[in-house]
Amino acid sequence: MLTVLLILIPLVTGLITFGLSGRGAKVLSLVSSLATLAVALAAWSQFRTAPEALSFTAEWIPQLNSQLNFGLDGLSLMLVLLTTISFPLIFITVFSRNYEKAGAFYGLMLLSQAGMLGVFLTYDALLFYVFWELALIPVYFLCSMWGGEKAIPVTFKFFVYTFAGSLLMLVGIIYIYFQTEGSFSWQAFTSLSLSNSEQSWLFWLFFVAFAIKMPVFPFHTWQPDTYEQSPTAVTMVLSGIMVKMGLFGVMRWLMPVLPQGAYMWQEAAILLSVIGIIYASCIAIMQSDLKKLIAYSSIAHIGLMSAAIFANNEQSLAGVQVQMFNHGINIIGLWIIIEVIEQRLGTKNMQQLGGIAAVAPKLSILLVIISLANIALPLTNGFIGEFLMFSGLFQHNVWFAAVSAIAIILAAVYMLRMLQKVLFGEANALTSTTSDLKGGEMLALVCITAMIFVLGFYPKPLLELVSGSGIQNTVAALTGR
Amino acid sequence: MNALITTAVFGIILMFVGLVVKQRQYIKYVAIAGTVLAFIANLLDAQSGYGVLHGMVEVSSFSVLFNAVAIAATALYFLLCGSAFEKVGEDVADYFALIFFILAGIMLTGAYSNLLMLFLAIEIISIPQYILAGADKKNLKSNEASLKYFLMGSFTTGILLMGIALVYGATGTFDIREMGLGTGELSPLALCGITLLGFSLAFKVSAAPFHFWTPDVYDGSPTVFTAFMATIVKAASFIAFMRLFHVSFSGGNVSGHWQLILAIITAATLILGNLTAVFQQSVKRMLAYSSIAQAGFMLFAIVSHNEMANQGLILYSAAYSVATIGVFAILLKLNDYTFDGFNGLARRQPLVAVVCAIFLFSLAGIPLTAGFFAKYFVLSAAIQQGDLLWLVIIGVLCAAVSAYYYFRVIIAMYFKPGEADAEGVTPGFKALLVIAAAIVIVLGIFPNLLLQYL
Repeated sequence: MLTVLLILIPLVTGLITFGLSGRGAKVLSLVSSLATLAVALAAWSQFRTAPEALSFTAEWIPQLNSQLNFGLDGLSLMLVLLTTISFPLIFITVFSRNYEKAGAFYGLMLLSQAGMLGVFLTYDALLFYVFWELALIPVYFLCSMWGGEKAIPVTFKFFVYTFAGSLLMLVGIIYIYFQTEGSFSWQAFTSLSLSNSEQSWLFWLFFVAFAIKMPVFPFHTWQPDTYEQSPTAVTMVLSGIMVKMGLFGVMRWLMPVLPQGAYMWQEAAILLSVIGIIYASCIAIMQSDLKKLIAYSSIAHIGLMSAAIFANNEQSLAGVQVQMFNHGINIIGLWIIIEVIEQRLGTKNMQQLGGIAAVAPKLSILLVIISLANIALPLTNGFIGEFLMFSGLFQHNVWFAAVSAIAIILAAVYMLRMLQKVLFGEANALTSTTSDLKGGEMLALVCITAMIFVLGFYPKPLLELVSGSGIQNTVAALTGR
Repeated sequence: MNALITTAVFGIILMFVGLVVKQRQYIKYVAIAGTVLAFIANLLDAQSGYGVLHGMVEVSSFSVLFNAVAIAATALYFLLCGSAFEKVGEDVADYFALIFFILAGIMLTGAYSNLLMLFLAIEIISIPQYILAGADKKNLKSNEASLKYFLMGSFTTGILLMGIALVYGATGTFDIREMGLGTGELSPLALCGITLLGFSLAFKVSAAPFHFWTPDVYDGSPTVFTAFMATIVKAASFIAFMRLFHVSFSGGNVSGHWQLILAIITAATLILGNLTAVFQQSVKRMLAYSSIAQAGFMLFAIVSHNEMANQGLILYSAAYSVATIGVFAILLKLNDYTFDGFNGLARRQPLVAVVCAIFLFSLAGIPLTAGFFAKYFVLSAAIQQGDLLWLVIIGVLCAAVSAYYYFRVIIAMYFKPGEADAEGVTPGFKALLVIAAAIVIVLGIFPNLLLQYL
């Protein structure tokens, strides 16, 4: 029942929120997100004792034998935790802001949360597709209505890209459905043995859908513009959680269902990812817009995760899963600070910033910590995941590992340059007026910093979670054939 | 059969109602009552289920279900667009009567079991449409539409008759079940007949390359009649098409002869319909091209002959008709039929905009709307058929393109500044729109509510 509640709470409160205005919408959505977090924590504690009790099955469309089939394993629980932790943080950060048509804004946010949780929880392929789209539509409206000047064409591109990818995946799902005994269940999909040639082309139907979402080079072109034009709260959702849907899709649906296909195209997928890593890192160095810089850095980080998934050994997979969580937390932290700077100063152009450290010390300290975590400095949460991923990638192919490791240096270049330009140097007329962090922003950032240190010193709980069922399932499914 | 008689009789009644009832706004209530009676008559048909007229018409659960969808969609159409009839011209009762005659033809499309009945059904549907297309007598475009439709339609009817004659020559029977074309070698005569029948029906459903009449006729006709032609009539033509090809021309080696041709027609329809719709400046013309694009998807159900294709076409008829009628009903309330005419509708009429968005989502095939499962079923049918995967990939890429033009309307409503001028949006009209949207969503979550009757 807990798994159903996880989806129902944001879905129902989201629909209610549409009817509210201003403060009511804010408060309800914050309460709703906290309630969802509480349910997620309860699910976590139950997961340790009796994970079977978390699965839920009910009839949905008997003609198609599609079921409402929800369940949790380590991988999905970790992503559910990420989602449910992120939303309260986002809502706290923007609590002082007054959005136009607040009811619709918060309602759409909650609906997208319901969609994403559904993606992570469902074990029915048709339902997976439905939730996949359900997460997309609210985000489309959020970006278009509350985004920047060019938001409408930019989000439209994002929407058409993602929609096209999803439809290709739908074709793949339907094809596999007919190869089973007429079932959409994950079990039926994974126990199927498809021929090599089938797996070979089915791979691309799924891969393109997930690659667009992640985004992997050359399917990434929608991403920097969308991140830049979206309202920051939505960018947090997109970069913190939604990109993980693509990675999750690969781990849950692509590799277990099409192991041979994944094996055949392994090198191609890693190559695309590695190209993306270097390419995006180089572009990030050239950026002067803070949001674009973080957007490109995100492409590089996700590229590394994608490469590690396809390297497909125990270490790289564990690294990816840990990093999915940590990257989500860190990048939301970065967006919060960018949001603060943009709100206070009305610009996100690094050329116009500088000297903030003198006037806003708290903001500066936290930005430095989060940036270092983003570069994956040891003792921050980013380190363990990157270490595992590189080590796994190294086992697979030395050259790929060596080339993608350049990204660490490049990341240090653009992140430290960013810190220098934004925080240090002489304060100008604009930045000398900056005020330091306030209540909600401070609270959210302190939570994030705490997680950075705790998981940096003591990553064991997270590692235990993902090295439990999730990864072993995947690995077993892969090596089983 | 009861439904057929009821609709025909009501057509005649409505012709006389115009003489008696002088308050024109009441005529539509008579028509709505007619649809209710026809619906009940149709349900009674389900009880009897047998061949009538010496086996020339055959009532089955399929025909009853399709008739129910068609009548219900017509009722919805009368409710939402009925008052727009009065703006077209003086003879309101006659327009309703003509629609009822079309409906009588539609009742035949799902139930005919004889090629003569097919011919009659197609003609009963077509002739009133030629008149309706030219109903706006003072408008030159309407006259042109009517003439164009009439000439092209008559020409196609000739081809249809020729096809029937050739098939009769080859098989010696008009009965669609007794042709026995599935076994043995095909005579060239039968092949020519099948090809001609396929082409003429492709014309009726406006499949490429026989679609050129569609945009002009739909654009020129009074908008309120375009809404009917582009939805229920279109769906009925598809049912006729599917019945003929699945019952008479499938099984054995006969399907191999037409399947590839139809697959190519499907691909052409999808690509032409979708790409041309992208460049339209008026929503009405966009909907005309979108009807060609949607026809491409319905053709999937004909190319693939299996159980899923039947379910898919029924679901498609319902989903597509309700959503398109809804969009047309909203369009009728606007003064400006271009995309800019929708600018700012969300601020002026938030509820209407939400409902319109739901209809457009359904047309684009977004999950949790009926349109998604409609597309899902027809695509599934094609995948199950095998060898058609290339077509399915073209189909889904075209569906992504279709999102472009449907979302242009949504963008206009929600994100563009403007003062969309919507007249006469009454609470009753809003309530009806909400009901239509509810149907779209309920069928989008539980498609088996409809399919269980099949």
